[in-house]
Amino acid sequence: MKRLALNGAGLLVALFAAFPVYWMIVTSLKPSSEIFSSTPRPLPGEPTLEHYRQILTGNLIPGVTFADFFLNSALVAGATVLLSGLVALLAATAVARFRFTLRTSFLIMLLVVQMIPLEALVIPLFLMIQRLGLYNTLPSLILTYLGFSLPFAVWMLRGFVAAVPKELEEAAAIDGASRAQTFRRILFPLVAPGLVATSIFSFITAWNELIFALTFINDQDRYTLPVAMTFFFGRDDTAWGPVMAASTIFTLPVIVFFLLVQRRMVSGLVAGAVKG
Amino acid sequence: MTTLTEAPETSAARETPARRRRRVDRLPYLLLLPCLVIIAVLLLWPLGQVVAMSFFRLNNVRQLRGDREWPWVGLGNYTDILGDPFFWTVLRNTVLFAAANVALTMVLGTLVGLLLNRLGKRMVAFVASCVMLAWATPALTGTIVWKWIFDDTSGLVTWLFNALPDGLSQALFGRSEWTGYGWFNSPLLFFAILTLVVVWHSFPFIAVSVLAGLKSVPSELHEAARVDGAGPWKVFWQITFPLLRPVFGILVVLSTIWDFKVFTQYYVLAGGTQDRSTFMLSVYSYAEAFSPPPKYGLGAAIAVILTLILLVVTGVYVRMVLKQEEDA
Repeated sequence: MKRLALNGAGLLVALFAAFPVYWMIVTSLKPSSEIFSSTPRPLPGEPTLEHYRQILTGNLIPGVTFADFFLNSALVAGATVLLSGLVALLAATAVARFRFTLRTSFLIMLLVVQMIPLEALVIPLFLMIQRLGLYNTLPSLILTYLGFSLPFAVWMLRGFVAAVPKELEEAAAIDGASRAQTFRRILFPLVAPGLVATSIFSFITAWNELIFALTFINDQDRYTLPVAMTFFFGRDDTAWGPVMAASTIFTLPVIVFFLLVQRRMVSGLVAGAVKG
Repeated sequence: MTTLTEAPETSAARETPARRRRRVDRLPYLLLLPCLVIIAVLLLWPLGQVVAMSFFRLNNVRQLRGDREWPWVGLGNYTDILGDPFFWTVLRNTVLFAAANVALTMVLGTLVGLLLNRLGKRMVAFVASCVMLAWATPALTGTIVWKWIFDDTSGLVTWLFNALPDGLSQALFGRSEWTGYGWFNSPLLFFAILTLVVVWHSFPFIAVSVLAGLKSVPSELHEAARVDGAGPWKVFWQITFPLLRPVFGILVVLSTIWDFKVFTQYYVLAGGTQDRSTFMLSVYSYAEAFSPPPKYGLGAAIAVILTLILLVVTGVYVRMVLKQEEDA
């Protein structure tokens, strides 16, 4: 009886949590007649990919397709991930492998800086972007997201670097490897999974961001996906079929990546690399 | 968020001559340099700039490009804002919204965490996966779907209310026809739906963190209390809560910080920043600065006020984390 009540509550929670995602995908597969019928069906009666076809082949404005926005987003997120991963790896190595005078101050600063409300930085960063002549360019967003993702990336990556046993590097040093060699051959391969996990977080930050993309980009053909979606689908006479198809395309990579990281974080990183 | 505790320095005791030499070298600083430059230029400098801008009257984008003068107004923007009754309405909205959202997120998240701790193995896997789904969904698309669910013609909620027996619907809400009902038109209902969306997005993090905390509590304590005849309510408040107090503290502070500056969900649900009756501080600041006519100085002053409020909350958070690292 008690078991039953607990399981029932569990199912309710699962329903509440997962339903919107389910409903997004189901709606995207329904023909318009079913979407706008007065009695909603829990599953598409006649599943169709027409909304996906419409999104992927149609022009949202003359000469600009959904794929262009996707590409803009991918470009911005990709560049952010590469830059932030590289810089974070260097900083994380410094923090996890060396004792130095300002180490603790640096860590405290990382913690504090993550709490800066980014919403409060729109205006001054807009000023900086204007001054640098980067207004209405994708690099303005790459630069901004680099700053946003870096503190957390360093914070996360330092755990992964610290988890690599120092003995491995010491053994390499005894065998005559230089510091650069040790870094490249020992530390880097072992930290790579952590770097992937960190990159995914940076990717999600950049991929999802709306306010700055809304503010820094003027030309419609340079919109990132989130801006394009609020701009083209934010109207009253919303065509929910294409909107849900676009939302699904936007959401699925994030969910897949997110679930990947979750598993990575749990699994032991270098278990068994050192005995004793 | 799972990497807050520091790795123990196991090999500090056996220092080799090589490591001692490393200590004094400049390599760590060189490695840190790019990171420090980026944080300084892209986070700390703008933070200073927003304070500076709040002391000027900046109503033209050409002033930002440096083509025109910046007239100094001292605290003028602040006196304008604080003297405007509208600001106090916005502040009240923000505080009430954040308080309601933090409370609801914490209660729901904790309940789900406790539930997950009690479920069987396969059930946990299933429920936890579903909860992760809500967490992983981007704020943007999650909100778009909720907007569709509350659509005034074919939305699921509109259909549900239409499906109520007419007499019951009439007695409860004074209407039986819900098609065309503007769910987002009254500020109170708008805030209720926004709360639903934000809580849906944020309870998974609380649930998972509470579950992780519960796993670290020895189960013998709970069993002993239950054997002694304590009910679940008593067990929670007398055993679970005191043991997990630091976890709860950090979760409340983090939620407060996040819920004070909700923007994406607001922007999508409200369809922009035109409806002043539902403004909160972050939206207010943005709208003053970027809706024509632009008032960058005024917007900056509001952003500074928001930052100051969050600074107090952050101070509490940093002290908690540092204390936890010491205890660990």
